[in-house]
Amino acid sequence: MNMKKLMMASLAAITLSSPVMADLVFPSLSYRTGPYGANGIPFADGYADYFTLLNERDGGIGGVKANVIECETGYNTEKGVECYESTKGQGALVYQPLSTGITYQLIPKATADGIPIHSMGYGRTSAANGKVFSHIFNYPANYWNGASAVVNHLLELNNGNIKGKTLALVYHNSAYGKEPIRTLEELSKKHGFNLTLLPVDHPGQEQKSQWLQIRREKPDYVAMWGWGVMNPTAIQEAANIRYPMENFIGIWWSGSENDVRPVGEAADGYKALNMHNVGDDYPIYDDLKKYVYDAGKAAGAGDMMGTVLYNRGMYAAMLAAEAARNAQKISGKADISASDMRDGMEALEITEARMSELGMPNFGPSFKVSCENHGGPGLAAIQQWDAKNSKWNLISDFKPTDTDVINALIQEDSAAYAAENNIKERC
Amino acid sequence: MLYREAGDFKTSYRADQQTFPIMFDKVAFTITIILAFTVVPLTINDYWANAVFLPFLIYSIAAIGLNILTGYCGQVSLGSGGFMAVGAYACYKLMTAFPDMNIVFSILISGGITAGVGMLFGLPSLRIKGFYLAVATLAAQFFLVWLFNKVPWFYNYSASGQINAPEREVFGFIVTGPNSSPAAVYIFCLLFLCVLAIIARNLTRGSAGRRWMAIRDMDIAAEIIGVNPLMSKLTAFGVSSFYVGIAGALLFSVYLGAVEVGEVFGIQKSFLVLFMIIIGGLGSMFGSFAGAAFMVLLPVLLKNIMVGQFGWATDIAAHFEFLIVGFLIIFFLIVEPHGLAMLWRIIKEKLRLWPFPH
Repeated sequence: MNMKKLMMASLAAITLSSPVMADLVFPSLSYRTGPYGANGIPFADGYADYFTLLNERDGGIGGVKANVIECETGYNTEKGVECYESTKGQGALVYQPLSTGITYQLIPKATADGIPIHSMGYGRTSAANGKVFSHIFNYPANYWNGASAVVNHLLELNNGNIKGKTLALVYHNSAYGKEPIRTLEELSKKHGFNLTLLPVDHPGQEQKSQWLQIRREKPDYVAMWGWGVMNPTAIQEAANIRYPMENFIGIWWSGSENDVRPVGEAADGYKALNMHNVGDDYPIYDDLKKYVYDAGKAAGAGDMMGTVLYNRGMYAAMLAAEAARNAQKISGKADISASDMRDGMEALEITEARMSELGMPNFGPSFKVSCENHGGPGLAAIQQWDAKNSKWNLISDFKPTDTDVINALIQEDSAAYAAENNIKERC
Repeated sequence: MLYREAGDFKTSYRADQQTFPIMFDKVAFTITIILAFTVVPLTINDYWANAVFLPFLIYSIAAIGLNILTGYCGQVSLGSGGFMAVGAYACYKLMTAFPDMNIVFSILISGGITAGVGMLFGLPSLRIKGFYLAVATLAAQFFLVWLFNKVPWFYNYSASGQINAPEREVFGFIVTGPNSSPAAVYIFCLLFLCVLAIIARNLTRGSAGRRWMAIRDMDIAAEIIGVNPLMSKLTAFGVSSFYVGIAGALLFSVYLGAVEVGEVFGIQKSFLVLFMIIIGGLGSMFGSFAGAAFMVLLPVLLKNIMVGQFGWATDIAAHFEFLIVGFLIIFFLIVEPHGLAMLWRIIKEKLRLWPFPH
């Protein structure tokens, strides 16, 4: 045991004494293994490929190369903490843990260490309140926007009246899945629909009893907050009980190709939310092909381009790169620090013109981040799966959500957090 | 040559029965303790604290606890994850309900609460043994995880179901929350481990331990010679759950800070602690430490070698880590079924005679 300590000490000395180059570090807390690996891989690939493109095509951001350090978390909280601790000392600018559990874990730690977290469309929803959460951002939309978007879509389908209808929520029995419950309860009171809650335990391969209940009760609509292997299992179960797919709507994390492809034809018509656009029909893909794929620098196996989660990873990387550029402009130096990055993120403005410039026209909504609002505009679109052509199609625009209800809940939740942790409001 | 006993005669019972009768052992142990208390806190950083030392110290406490129950008393328990959850949630409720109470007392009281719960779930051991008891404790595991998920009182009605440890300090040093310094949390856990390990060592080599070992070896014969099976088994469950509960409370408040019961205290945690004591050696204090180091530190070491030094892709490294750890487990159990502790004992035996073979 003493030998082990000596060996660890010498190895750590070698590892930690490697020279730190002056570049922009974007750690990628990814998971390519485990039950959530199938969804973690395309996101991590997209994230890494975008920065590779910037390095190859533009020589980095503002002349400084971007360095994406991948660390495998396996969607596990303890490994997430270990990855955070091992990468933060290398000049990490922003963390995107892609796991609500790990995000909750890192919120106090990263705030104390001064490193911002961008939990894009996941994490702690009330972090949208920038007055309490100075270092946490979840633009362009959060889970409560998503819940409201689902209800808004139902209202659309029913001419504005869903009184008496039933909505069943099949959710991952973790902090992630429980996020929409509060909002859906408020909205059910407001619009008069009934809400049934059906938790699915991690990892989500056992869902027979939940779908048996759905087959018995026949709710009008089913919403899903799933991730990883839970998604295709749920869609398969829905197909088995012949639940009409167009009444089955998933959150943006339950709407990717690897969730619907295993189910085949039966998944045709399944809907999901999205906060950005789909497909690979963008000029940036030509650049990616030229500078990344053909040059053999694609991350992972290089087979995920054009998929929803790959696009999402790219979108997250684009937002991080733009925030870094913003930070460079504000601070006046190219070699920014984590606190410069935070300021850059807080002053971020994404316009349609800029996205077209980057080769991603109409890829996402235009928005502006401010000191009070770290959550962006909260716009969400609905996409539908076309099994015959094996592609997702956006069937709506980026529509606004019920911000009255949501903002009230955000204030309540962030006030509770501030009280628990003695945080004074800023801005 | 190194490990000499020749000439080292004991002249009192007290000296004869000490834990480290051989001078080499005593010196090595004292040096380790001095290094642990002086050198490490001065050189430790966040990564070493959070990825290496804290998990090792905390899981050592849990492994000692489970070793008392399974190794010394022979009651197989697959409920360690659930009992750690009891410790964590009890600590959370105490910290939030009594904000002025010192964290040390919160942790000790949550250990006590876990001891009570453990004794309750240990009542079936009076009727069933071995594999069947393992299933009963498995029921405890799933029930406790379900309970903490279902009843909102346990997580103070928060929307996400997560519990967060508020900031607490001991003698002016912050030990919980994000502003804690690595040296402070390290010393805090190390002190807990040292005190608990001394207590465990003395319990297991005293009459309580002998009663437990009698129950383990042949419980009917033990009953005949006057060992009360009810008291022995329940005290084993109680003491073991006290340790496991403290480990859970430390895991939540000091190490992780925020916990979600399904993910952190699931069945895989129970298996992890059980594997620690099986690999380390049942019925041995050193085995608890060795097993904890093996199961907790080896993956971190492998990751640092494979990803940090060799620069392999993270998913390949993660898969190789499974392979290597699995292979090592099989290897050690074939080479020495009684675990690393027995291996260590045999090495020491041979070292006593080295370099002479007889």
